[in-house]
Amino acid sequence: MDDHPEGEDPAPTPAPAPAPAITVHDLTKSFGATKSFGAVKAVDGISFTIARGETAALLGANGAGKTTTIAMLVGLLIADGGTITVLGEDMARHRYRVLGRINLSSPYIDLPRRLTVEENLAVFARLYGVDNISRRIEELAEELELGPLLRRPSGTLSSGQRSRMALAKALINRPEVLFLDEPTASLDPDTADRIRTYLAAYRARENATIFMASHNMAEVERMCTTVMIMKAGRIERSGTPRQLIAQTGCSNLEEVFLDIVRGRAAQ
Amino acid sequence: MIGRPSTSRAAAAFSAGRVGAMVLRYVYILRGSWPRIVELAYWPLMQVVLWGFISKFLATNSSWVAQGAGVLIGAALLWDVLFRGQLGFSISFLEEMWSRNLANLFISPLRPYEFVAALTLMSLIRTLIGVVPAAFLAILFYGYSIFDLGLPLVAFFFLLMMMGWAVGLVITALIMRFGLGAEGLAWIAIFALAPLSGVFYPVAILPDWLQVVSWALPSAYVFEGMRAVIFDGTLRVDHLVRALALDIVYIAAAGAYFLHTFHVARRKGLLMGIGE
Repeated sequence: MDDHPEGEDPAPTPAPAPAPAITVHDLTKSFGATKSFGAVKAVDGISFTIARGETAALLGANGAGKTTTIAMLVGLLIADGGTITVLGEDMARHRYRVLGRINLSSPYIDLPRRLTVEENLAVFARLYGVDNISRRIEELAEELELGPLLRRPSGTLSSGQRSRMALAKALINRPEVLFLDEPTASLDPDTADRIRTYLAAYRARENATIFMASHNMAEVERMCTTVMIMKAGRIERSGTPRQLIAQTGCSNLEEVFLDIVRGRAAQ
Repeated sequence: MIGRPSTSRAAAAFSAGRVGAMVLRYVYILRGSWPRIVELAYWPLMQVVLWGFISKFLATNSSWVAQGAGVLIGAALLWDVLFRGQLGFSISFLEEMWSRNLANLFISPLRPYEFVAALTLMSLIRTLIGVVPAAFLAILFYGYSIFDLGLPLVAFFFLLMMMGWAVGLVITALIMRFGLGAEGLAWIAIFALAPLSGVFYPVAILPDWLQVVSWALPSAYVFEGMRAVIFDGTLRVDHLVRALALDIVYIAAAGAYFLHTFHVARRKGLLMGIGE
Protein backbone atom coordinates (compact mmCIF):
# COMPACT_ATOMS: atom_id res chain seq x y z
CA MET A 1 0.00 0.00 0.00
CA ASP A 2 1.15 3.41 -0.85
CA ASP A 3 1.77 5.45 2.26
CA HIS A 4 1.49 8.71 0.39
CA PRO A 5 -1.74 10.42 -0.70
CA GLU A 6 -2.49 10.03 -4.40
CA GLY A 7 -1.04 12.71 -6.53
CA GLU A 8 1.64 13.68 -4.08
CA ASP A 9 5.18 12.62 -4.56
CA PRO A 10 6.84 11.21 -1.50
CA ALA A 11 8.87 13.87 0.19
CA PRO A 12 12.39 13.44 -1.07
CA THR A 13 14.90 12.44 1.53
CA PRO A 14 17.01 15.51 2.02
CA ALA A 15 20.49 15.00 0.68
CA PRO A 16 23.07 15.28 3.38
CA ALA A 17 24.50 18.76 3.43
CA PRO A 18 27.91 18.78 1.79
CA ALA A 19 30.82 19.17 4.16
CA PRO A 20 32.16 22.70 4.40
CA ALA A 21 34.94 23.50 1.99
CA ILE A 22 37.41 24.13 4.81
CA THR A 23 37.20 23.51 8.53
CA VAL A 24 40.11 24.46 10.76
CA HIS A 25 40.16 23.83 14.48
CA ASP A 26 42.77 25.08 16.95
CA LEU A 27 45.55 25.06 14.36
CA THR A 28 49.06 25.76 15.64
CA LYS A 29 52.50 25.92 14.05
CA SER A 30 55.84 27.03 15.47
CA PHE A 31 59.24 27.35 13.84
CA GLY A 32 62.82 27.47 14.87
CA ALA A 33 63.19 26.27 18.45
CA THR A 34 66.95 26.32 19.19
CA LYS A 35 69.09 26.28 22.32
CA SER A 36 69.39 30.06 22.13
CA PHE A 37 65.91 31.02 20.98
CA GLY A 38 62.49 29.71 21.76
CA ALA A 39 60.12 28.67 19.03
CA VAL A 40 58.30 31.41 17.11
CA LYS A 41 54.59 30.76 16.97
CA ALA A 42 53.66 31.37 13.34
CA VAL A 43 50.08 30.21 13.80
CA ASP A 44 48.58 30.21 17.26
CA GLY A 45 45.39 28.25 17.72
CA ILE A 46 43.21 29.52 14.88
CA SER A 47 39.79 28.07 14.05
CA PHE A 48 37.37 28.86 11.23
CA THR A 49 34.96 27.30 8.77
CA ILE A 50 34.50 28.27 5.13
CA ALA A 51 31.36 27.09 3.36
CA ARG A 52 31.40 25.80 -0.21
CA GLY A 53 31.07 28.48 -2.80
CA GLU A 54 32.40 31.21 -0.52
CA THR A 55 35.24 33.58 -1.25
CA ALA A 56 37.26 34.10 1.91
CA ALA A 57 40.31 36.19 2.63
CA LEU A 58 43.04 36.04 5.20
CA LEU A 59 44.53 39.44 5.86
CA GLY A 60 47.48 40.39 7.97
CA ALA A 61 50.77 42.22 7.99
CA ASN A 62 53.89 40.45 6.70
CA GLY A 63 54.73 37.60 9.07
CA ALA A 64 51.23 37.40 10.50
CA GLY A 65 50.92 33.72 9.55
CA LYS A 66 48.87 33.88 6.34
CA THR A 67 51.24 31.93 4.07
CA THR A 68 51.97 29.41 6.84
CA THR A 69 48.24 28.85 7.22
CA ILE A 70 47.74 28.34 3.48
CA ALA A 71 50.73 25.97 3.35
CA MET A 72 49.10 23.84 6.04
CA LEU A 73 45.72 23.95 4.30
CA VAL A 74 47.19 22.54 1.08
CA GLY A 75 49.25 19.88 2.87
CA LEU A 76 52.71 21.33 2.22
CA LEU A 77 53.33 21.92 5.89
CA ILE A 78 52.50 19.65 8.80
CA ALA A 79 50.73 21.40 11.68
CA ASP A 80 51.99 21.06 15.25
CA GLY A 81 48.44 20.81 16.55
CA GLY A 82 44.82 21.13 15.57
CA THR A 83 42.86 19.72 12.66
CA ILE A 84 42.26 20.70 9.04
CA THR A 85 39.41 19.28 7.02
CA VAL A 86 39.16 20.15 3.33
CA LEU A 87 36.13 18.99 1.32
CA GLY A 88 35.27 16.66 4.18
CA GLU A 89 38.68 14.94 4.32
CA ASP A 90 41.15 15.13 7.17
CA MET A 91 44.28 16.61 5.60
CA ALA A 92 46.56 14.93 8.15
CA ARG A 93 45.41 11.45 7.16
CA HIS A 94 43.79 11.59 3.73
CA ARG A 95 45.28 14.51 1.87
CA TYR A 96 45.73 12.53 -1.35
CA ARG A 97 41.94 12.18 -1.57
CA VAL A 98 41.76 15.95 -1.79
CA LEU A 99 44.88 17.16 -3.59
CA GLY A 100 43.42 16.45 -7.03
CA ARG A 101 40.42 18.66 -6.17
CA ILE A 102 42.25 21.74 -4.93
CA ASN A 103 45.04 23.94 -6.26
CA LEU A 104 47.21 26.89 -5.31
CA SER A 105 48.82 29.89 -6.90
CA SER A 106 51.45 31.69 -4.85
CA PRO A 107 54.24 34.16 -5.57
CA TYR A 108 56.47 32.09 -3.26
CA ILE A 109 56.55 29.22 -5.70
CA ASP A 110 57.39 29.22 -9.37
CA LEU A 111 57.02 27.25 -12.56
CA PRO A 112 60.08 26.00 -14.48
CA ARG A 113 61.37 28.93 -16.52
CA ARG A 114 62.96 26.83 -19.27
CA LEU A 115 59.65 25.24 -20.19
CA THR A 116 57.17 27.07 -22.37
CA VAL A 117 53.84 28.09 -20.91
CA GLU A 118 52.16 25.29 -22.84
CA GLU A 119 54.68 22.69 -21.65
CA ASN A 120 54.24 23.75 -18.02
CA LEU A 121 50.47 23.54 -18.28
CA ALA A 122 50.66 20.17 -20.07
CA VAL A 123 52.86 18.69 -17.32
CA PHE A 124 50.50 19.82 -14.57
CA ALA A 125 47.44 18.72 -16.52
CA ARG A 126 48.95 15.22 -16.61
CA LEU A 127 49.81 15.33 -12.91
CA TYR A 128 46.18 16.16 -12.14
CA GLY A 129 44.82 13.57 -14.56
CA VAL A 130 43.00 16.14 -16.72
CA ASP A 131 41.22 14.70 -19.76
CA ASN A 132 41.57 16.34 -23.17
CA ILE A 133 44.59 18.35 -22.13
CA SER A 134 45.02 20.42 -25.26
CA ARG A 135 41.38 21.56 -25.12
CA ARG A 136 41.72 22.53 -21.46
CA ILE A 137 44.89 24.51 -22.19
CA GLU A 138 43.15 26.26 -25.07
CA GLU A 139 40.25 27.17 -22.77
CA LEU A 140 42.53 28.63 -20.13
CA ALA A 141 44.63 30.43 -22.72
CA GLU A 142 41.52 32.09 -24.04
CA GLU A 143 40.09 32.94 -20.63
CA LEU A 144 43.36 34.31 -19.23
CA GLU A 145 44.61 35.83 -22.48
CA LEU A 146 47.61 33.54 -22.65
CA GLY A 147 47.18 32.47 -26.27
CA PRO A 148 50.10 34.42 -27.78
CA LEU A 149 52.33 33.34 -24.89
CA LEU A 150 51.80 29.58 -25.03
CA ARG A 151 54.96 28.86 -27.05
CA ARG A 152 57.17 31.23 -25.09
CA PRO A 153 59.56 30.00 -22.39
CA SER A 154 58.15 30.96 -19.01
CA GLY A 155 61.39 32.70 -18.12
CA THR A 156 60.82 35.31 -20.83
CA LEU A 157 57.44 36.45 -19.47
CA SER A 158 56.83 39.65 -17.54
CA SER A 159 55.81 39.27 -13.90
CA GLY A 160 52.19 39.97 -14.79
CA GLN A 161 52.24 37.34 -17.53
CA ARG A 162 53.84 34.89 -15.12
CA SER A 163 51.06 35.56 -12.61
CA ARG A 164 48.48 34.70 -15.25
CA MET A 165 50.39 31.53 -16.15
CA ALA A 166 50.50 30.56 -12.46
CA LEU A 167 46.77 31.16 -12.23
CA ALA A 168 46.22 28.99 -15.32
CA LYS A 169 48.21 26.22 -13.64
CA ALA A 170 46.11 26.65 -10.49
CA LEU A 171 42.92 26.31 -12.55
CA ILE A 172 44.08 23.44 -14.76
CA ASN A 173 42.16 20.83 -12.75
CA ARG A 174 39.04 23.00 -12.19
CA PRO A 175 39.69 23.03 -8.44
CA GLU A 176 36.76 22.90 -6.05
CA VAL A 177 38.86 24.92 -3.62
CA LEU A 178 41.27 27.44 -5.08
CA PHE A 179 43.94 28.86 -2.79
CA LEU A 180 45.45 32.16 -3.90
CA ASP A 181 48.31 33.94 -2.24
CA GLU A 182 48.44 37.56 -3.43
CA PRO A 183 46.61 36.76 -6.70
CA THR A 184 46.88 40.20 -8.30
CA ALA A 185 50.03 41.54 -6.63
CA SER A 186 52.07 42.01 -9.79
CA LEU A 187 49.28 42.81 -12.22
CA ASP A 188 48.46 46.21 -13.70
CA PRO A 189 45.06 47.60 -12.60
CA ASP A 190 43.34 46.67 -15.84
CA THR A 191 44.55 43.06 -15.85
CA ALA A 192 43.96 42.73 -12.10
CA ASP A 193 40.38 43.87 -12.57
CA ARG A 194 39.82 41.35 -15.35
CA ILE A 195 41.30 38.57 -13.22
CA ARG A 196 38.99 39.45 -10.33
CA THR A 197 36.00 39.37 -12.67
CA TYR A 198 37.17 36.05 -14.07
CA LEU A 199 37.65 34.54 -10.62
CA ALA A 200 34.20 35.67 -9.51
CA ALA A 201 32.69 34.10 -12.63
CA TYR A 202 34.69 30.88 -12.08
CA ARG A 203 33.49 30.66 -8.49
CA ALA A 204 29.86 31.16 -9.52
CA ARG A 205 30.04 28.75 -12.48
CA GLU A 206 31.81 25.92 -10.65
CA ASN A 207 30.42 26.60 -7.16
CA ALA A 208 34.07 26.71 -6.19
CA THR A 209 35.48 28.06 -2.98
CA ILE A 210 38.21 30.67 -3.15
CA PHE A 211 40.52 31.19 -0.20
CA MET A 212 42.99 34.01 -0.61
CA ALA A 213 45.64 35.91 1.22
CA SER A 214 45.89 39.49 0.05
CA HIS A 215 47.17 42.92 0.93
CA ASN A 216 44.79 44.58 -1.49
CA MET A 217 41.90 45.72 0.71
CA ALA A 218 39.75 47.02 -2.13
CA GLU A 219 40.08 43.63 -3.83
CA VAL A 220 39.06 41.80 -0.66
CA GLU A 221 36.17 44.15 -0.03
CA ARG A 222 34.92 43.56 -3.56
CA MET A 223 35.39 39.79 -3.80
CA CYS A 224 35.10 38.25 -0.36
CA THR A 225 32.17 37.21 1.76
CA THR A 226 34.35 36.31 4.74
CA VAL A 227 37.40 38.16 5.95
CA MET A 228 39.75 37.09 8.72
CA ILE A 229 42.42 39.46 9.96
CA MET A 230 45.49 37.81 11.46
CA LYS A 231 48.03 39.29 13.80
CA ALA A 232 50.95 37.40 15.33
CA GLY A 233 49.49 34.04 14.33
CA ARG A 234 46.01 34.67 15.71
CA ILE A 235 42.77 35.68 14.04
CA GLU A 236 41.97 39.03 15.61
CA ARG A 237 38.71 39.68 13.79
CA SER A 238 36.50 37.91 11.31
CA GLY A 239 33.23 38.57 9.52
CA THR A 240 31.94 40.04 6.31
CA PRO A 241 33.66 43.22 5.16
CA ARG A 242 30.55 45.21 6.13
CA GLN A 243 30.41 43.64 9.57
CA LEU A 244 34.05 44.43 10.23
CA ILE A 245 33.61 48.02 9.10
CA ALA A 246 30.49 48.43 11.24
CA GLN A 247 32.06 46.77 14.29
CA THR A 248 35.08 49.02 14.25
CA GLY A 249 33.43 52.25 13.17
CA CYS A 250 35.89 52.58 10.30
CA SER A 251 35.00 53.83 6.86
CA ASN A 252 36.56 51.01 4.86
CA LEU A 253 38.39 47.71 5.23
CA GLU A 254 41.80 49.29 4.88
CA GLU A 255 41.16 51.38 7.99
CA VAL A 256 39.96 48.28 9.84
CA PHE A 257 43.12 46.47 8.84
CA LEU A 258 45.39 49.33 9.91
CA ASP A 259 43.63 49.73 13.23
CA ILE A 260 44.00 46.05 14.01
CA VAL A 261 47.63 45.60 12.98
CA ARG A 262 48.56 48.81 14.82
CA GLY A 263 46.63 47.74 17.90
CA ARG A 264 44.08 50.59 17.77
CA ALA A 265 40.93 48.58 17.16
CA ALA A 266 38.36 48.52 19.97
CA GLN A 267 38.00 45.05 21.40
CA MET B 1 33.76 22.84 -21.34
CA ILE B 2 36.03 20.10 -20.07
CA GLY B 3 34.93 18.31 -16.90
CA ARG B 4 36.88 18.01 -13.72
CA PRO B 5 39.50 15.27 -13.67
CA SER B 6 38.50 11.93 -12.26
CA THR B 7 38.72 12.00 -8.46
CA SER B 8 39.52 8.30 -8.26
CA ARG B 9 42.36 8.69 -10.76
CA ALA B 10 43.86 11.56 -8.77
CA ALA B 11 43.57 9.55 -5.56
CA ALA B 12 45.13 6.37 -7.02
CA ALA B 13 48.07 5.22 -4.91
CA PHE B 14 50.34 4.87 -7.93
CA SER B 15 49.88 6.43 -11.32
CA ALA B 16 52.10 5.73 -14.30
CA GLY B 17 50.55 8.86 -15.82
CA ARG B 18 51.98 11.05 -13.06
CA VAL B 19 55.40 9.41 -13.41
CA GLY B 20 55.16 9.98 -17.16
CA ALA B 21 54.23 13.63 -16.57
CA MET B 22 57.41 14.16 -14.57
CA VAL B 23 59.56 12.37 -17.14
CA LEU B 24 57.98 14.56 -19.82
CA ARG B 25 58.86 17.63 -17.78
CA TYR B 26 62.57 16.64 -17.76
CA VAL B 27 62.52 15.65 -21.42
CA TYR B 28 61.16 19.13 -22.21
CA ILE B 29 64.19 20.60 -20.43
CA LEU B 30 66.64 18.43 -22.35
CA ARG B 31 64.88 19.01 -25.66
CA GLY B 32 64.95 22.74 -25.19
CA SER B 33 68.62 22.99 -24.32
CA TRP B 34 71.24 21.43 -26.60
CA PRO B 35 74.11 22.51 -24.28
CA ARG B 36 72.61 20.20 -21.64
CA ILE B 37 72.67 17.26 -24.04
CA VAL B 38 76.25 18.06 -25.04
CA GLU B 39 77.18 18.29 -21.36
CA LEU B 40 75.73 14.82 -20.77
CA ALA B 41 78.01 13.25 -23.37
CA TYR B 42 81.03 15.51 -22.96
CA TRP B 43 82.60 14.06 -19.82
CA PRO B 44 82.20 10.37 -20.77
CA LEU B 45 83.73 11.14 -24.17
CA MET B 46 86.71 12.88 -22.55
CA GLN B 47 87.12 9.95 -20.15
CA VAL B 48 87.32 7.52 -23.05
CA VAL B 49 89.81 9.68 -24.95
CA LEU B 50 92.02 10.01 -21.86
CA TRP B 51 91.90 6.38 -20.78
CA GLY B 52 92.25 5.22 -24.37
CA PHE B 53 95.64 6.92 -24.70
CA ILE B 54 96.71 5.78 -21.24
CA SER B 55 95.78 2.23 -22.24
CA LYS B 56 97.75 2.46 -25.48
CA PHE B 57 100.80 3.61 -23.58
CA LEU B 58 100.48 1.03 -20.80
CA ALA B 59 99.81 -1.81 -23.26
CA THR B 60 103.46 -1.55 -24.30
CA ASN B 61 104.77 -0.88 -20.79
CA SER B 62 102.59 -2.99 -18.52
CA SER B 63 102.02 -6.70 -18.89
CA TRP B 64 98.83 -6.45 -16.80
CA VAL B 65 97.18 -4.00 -19.18
CA ALA B 66 98.62 -5.82 -22.19
CA GLN B 67 96.93 -9.06 -21.03
CA GLY B 68 93.56 -7.39 -20.56
CA ALA B 69 93.00 -5.24 -23.59
CA GLY B 70 90.56 -2.45 -22.85
CA VAL B 71 90.40 -3.10 -19.12
CA LEU B 72 91.00 0.56 -18.33
CA ILE B 73 88.60 1.90 -20.95
CA GLY B 74 85.97 -0.59 -19.81
CA ALA B 75 86.49 0.49 -16.22
CA ALA B 76 86.26 4.16 -17.16
CA LEU B 77 83.00 3.55 -19.02
CA LEU B 78 81.47 1.53 -16.20
CA TRP B 79 82.57 4.10 -13.62
CA ASP B 80 80.75 6.68 -15.69
CA VAL B 81 77.62 4.55 -15.53
CA LEU B 82 77.75 4.77 -11.72
CA PHE B 83 78.60 8.47 -11.74
CA ARG B 84 75.99 9.36 -14.38
CA GLY B 85 73.39 7.18 -12.68
CA GLN B 86 73.78 9.14 -9.45
CA LEU B 87 74.21 12.53 -11.13
CA GLY B 88 71.23 12.05 -13.45
CA PHE B 89 69.05 11.33 -10.43
CA SER B 90 70.31 14.28 -8.38
CA ILE B 91 70.32 16.82 -11.24
CA SER B 92 66.69 16.16 -12.10
CA PHE B 93 65.83 16.88 -8.47
CA LEU B 94 68.00 19.99 -8.52
CA GLU B 95 66.02 21.24 -11.53
CA GLU B 96 63.01 21.47 -9.18
CA MET B 97 65.02 23.27 -6.52
CA TRP B 98 66.47 25.73 -9.04
CA SER B 99 63.04 26.51 -10.46
CA ARG B 100 61.31 26.69 -7.01
CA ASN B 101 58.81 24.17 -8.30
CA LEU B 102 58.78 21.59 -5.49
CA ALA B 103 55.74 23.13 -3.80
CA ASN B 104 53.75 23.03 -7.04
CA LEU B 105 54.58 19.34 -7.40
CA PHE B 106 53.68 18.36 -3.87
CA ILE B 107 50.34 20.15 -3.73
CA SER B 108 49.42 18.04 -6.77
CA PRO B 109 48.44 14.37 -6.40
CA LEU B 110 52.07 13.38 -7.15
CA ARG B 111 53.36 10.97 -4.50
CA PRO B 112 56.97 11.18 -3.33
CA TYR B 113 57.63 7.63 -4.57
CA GLU B 114 56.22 8.51 -8.00
CA PHE B 115 58.61 11.43 -8.03
CA VAL B 116 61.46 9.03 -7.18
CA ALA B 117 60.33 6.70 -9.98
CA ALA B 118 60.51 9.61 -12.44
CA LEU B 119 63.97 10.62 -11.21
CA THR B 120 65.08 7.01 -11.63
CA LEU B 121 63.82 6.84 -15.21
CA MET B 122 65.49 10.13 -16.05
CA SER B 123 68.73 8.90 -14.53
CA LEU B 124 68.59 5.92 -16.89
CA ILE B 125 67.85 8.13 -19.91
CA ARG B 126 70.59 10.64 -19.06
CA THR B 127 73.13 7.88 -18.45
CA LEU B 128 72.40 6.24 -21.79
CA ILE B 129 72.69 9.60 -23.58
CA GLY B 130 76.06 10.14 -21.90
CA VAL B 131 77.68 6.72 -22.03
CA VAL B 132 76.50 5.14 -25.29
CA PRO B 133 78.27 7.69 -27.56
CA ALA B 134 81.43 7.22 -25.50
CA ALA B 135 81.21 3.46 -25.92
CA PHE B 136 81.02 3.86 -29.70
CA LEU B 137 83.90 6.33 -29.63
CA ALA B 138 86.03 3.67 -27.92
CA ILE B 139 85.29 1.28 -30.78
CA LEU B 140 86.06 3.92 -33.38
CA PHE B 141 89.27 5.27 -31.84
CA TYR B 142 90.77 2.33 -30.01
CA GLY B 143 89.10 -0.72 -31.48
CA TYR B 144 87.80 -1.61 -28.02
CA SER B 145 84.15 -2.59 -27.71
CA ILE B 146 82.71 -2.80 -24.21
CA PHE B 147 79.85 -4.72 -25.81
CA ASP B 148 82.29 -7.64 -26.14
CA LEU B 149 81.68 -8.25 -22.44
CA GLY B 150 78.39 -9.73 -23.63
CA LEU B 151 75.44 -10.36 -21.34
CA PRO B 152 77.43 -9.68 -18.14
CA LEU B 153 77.63 -6.08 -19.32
CA VAL B 154 73.87 -5.77 -18.87
CA ALA B 155 74.20 -7.03 -15.29
CA PHE B 156 77.16 -4.73 -14.58
CA PHE B 157 75.25 -1.78 -16.02
CA PHE B 158 72.12 -2.26 -13.91
CA LEU B 159 74.03 -3.11 -10.73
CA LEU B 160 75.96 0.15 -11.05
CA MET B 161 72.81 2.09 -11.96
CA MET B 162 71.11 0.74 -8.83
CA MET B 163 74.02 1.83 -6.69
CA GLY B 164 73.90 5.26 -8.38
CA TRP B 165 70.19 5.53 -7.54
CA ALA B 166 70.83 4.66 -3.89
CA VAL B 167 73.56 7.32 -3.62
CA GLY B 168 71.37 9.76 -5.59
CA LEU B 169 68.47 9.21 -3.18
CA VAL B 170 70.66 10.04 -0.19
CA ILE B 171 72.15 13.13 -1.85
CA THR B 172 68.71 14.29 -2.96
CA ALA B 173 67.39 13.87 0.57
CA LEU B 174 70.32 15.89 1.93
CA ILE B 175 69.69 18.68 -0.60
CA MET B 176 66.00 18.70 0.33
CA ARG B 177 66.93 18.91 4.01
CA PHE B 178 69.79 21.43 3.84
CA GLY B 179 68.89 23.34 0.68
CA LEU B 180 70.99 24.38 -2.28
CA GLY B 181 73.99 24.83 0.01
CA ALA B 182 74.35 21.05 -0.24
CA GLU B 183 74.15 21.14 -4.04
CA GLY B 184 77.87 20.43 -4.47
CA LEU B 185 77.33 16.94 -3.05
CA ALA B 186 75.62 15.99 -6.30
CA TRP B 187 78.91 16.41 -8.19
CA ILE B 188 81.52 15.29 -5.70
CA ALA B 189 80.09 12.81 -3.19
CA ILE B 190 80.34 9.77 -5.45
CA PHE B 191 84.08 10.28 -5.94
CA ALA B 192 84.65 9.32 -2.31
CA LEU B 193 83.64 5.80 -3.38
CA ALA B 194 85.99 5.59 -6.37
CA PRO B 195 89.16 4.54 -4.48
CA LEU B 196 87.16 1.92 -2.59
CA SER B 197 85.42 0.50 -5.64
CA GLY B 198 88.55 -0.89 -7.25
CA VAL B 199 87.69 0.78 -10.53
CA PHE B 200 91.17 0.63 -12.09
CA TYR B 201 92.93 -1.84 -9.74
CA PRO B 202 92.04 -4.98 -7.81
CA VAL B 203 90.53 -4.56 -4.36
CA ALA B 204 93.36 -6.78 -3.05
CA ILE B 205 95.85 -3.92 -3.25
CA LEU B 206 93.95 -1.94 -0.62
CA PRO B 207 94.99 -2.28 3.04
CA ASP B 208 93.17 -5.13 4.76
CA TRP B 209 90.96 -2.87 6.87
CA LEU B 210 89.95 -0.88 3.78
CA GLN B 211 89.11 -4.03 1.87
CA VAL B 212 86.39 -4.70 4.43
CA VAL B 213 84.81 -1.36 3.53
CA SER B 214 85.37 -2.00 -0.16
CA TRP B 215 83.53 -5.31 -0.09
CA ALA B 216 80.52 -3.52 1.37
CA LEU B 217 80.14 -1.67 -1.93
CA PRO B 218 78.28 -3.23 -4.88
CA SER B 219 80.66 -1.42 -7.22
CA ALA B 220 83.66 -3.39 -5.90
CA TYR B 221 82.00 -6.67 -6.98
CA VAL B 222 81.11 -5.22 -10.37
CA PHE B 223 84.64 -4.05 -11.19
CA GLU B 224 86.16 -7.30 -9.91
CA GLY B 225 83.58 -9.14 -12.00
CA MET B 226 84.47 -7.11 -15.07
CA ARG B 227 88.16 -7.96 -14.67
CA ALA B 228 87.29 -11.64 -14.22
CA VAL B 229 85.47 -11.60 -17.56
CA ILE B 230 88.27 -9.70 -19.34
CA PHE B 231 91.28 -11.57 -17.90
CA ASP B 232 89.89 -15.04 -17.19
CA GLY B 233 86.84 -15.20 -19.41
CA THR B 234 84.78 -16.27 -16.39
CA LEU B 235 81.56 -14.83 -15.02
CA ARG B 236 81.64 -14.54 -11.21
CA VAL B 237 77.97 -15.13 -10.43
CA ASP B 238 78.76 -14.90 -6.71
CA HIS B 239 79.97 -11.35 -7.27
CA LEU B 240 76.79 -10.44 -9.13
CA VAL B 241 74.56 -11.92 -6.41
CA ARG B 242 76.39 -10.08 -3.63
CA ALA B 243 76.28 -6.81 -5.55
CA LEU B 244 72.55 -7.23 -6.17
CA ALA B 245 71.88 -8.02 -2.50
CA LEU B 246 73.83 -4.96 -1.39
CA ASP B 247 72.06 -2.78 -3.97
CA ILE B 248 68.67 -3.88 -2.70
CA VAL B 249 69.64 -3.16 0.91
CA TYR B 250 71.06 0.26 0.04
CA ILE B 251 68.13 1.29 -2.15
CA ALA B 252 65.66 0.27 0.57
CA ALA B 253 67.62 2.20 3.21
CA ALA B 254 68.09 5.24 0.95
CA GLY B 255 64.40 5.20 -0.03
CA ALA B 256 63.37 5.12 3.63
CA TYR B 257 65.76 8.00 4.35
CA PHE B 258 64.33 10.01 1.43
CA LEU B 259 60.75 9.50 2.63
CA HIS B 260 61.75 10.39 6.19
CA THR B 261 63.44 13.57 4.95
CA PHE B 262 60.37 14.42 2.88
CA HIS B 263 58.33 14.22 6.08
CA VAL B 264 60.87 16.41 7.89
CA ALA B 265 60.71 18.91 5.01
CA ARG B 266 56.93 19.07 5.35
CA ARG B 267 57.23 19.56 9.10
CA LYS B 268 59.84 22.32 8.80
CA GLY B 269 58.27 24.13 5.84
CA LEU B 270 61.23 23.45 3.56
CA LEU B 271 59.16 22.61 0.48
CA MET B 272 57.81 26.15 0.31
CA GLY B 273 60.86 27.88 1.72
CA ILE B 274 58.86 29.45 4.53
CA GLY B 275 60.15 27.52 7.50
CA GLU B 276 63.37 27.10 9.39
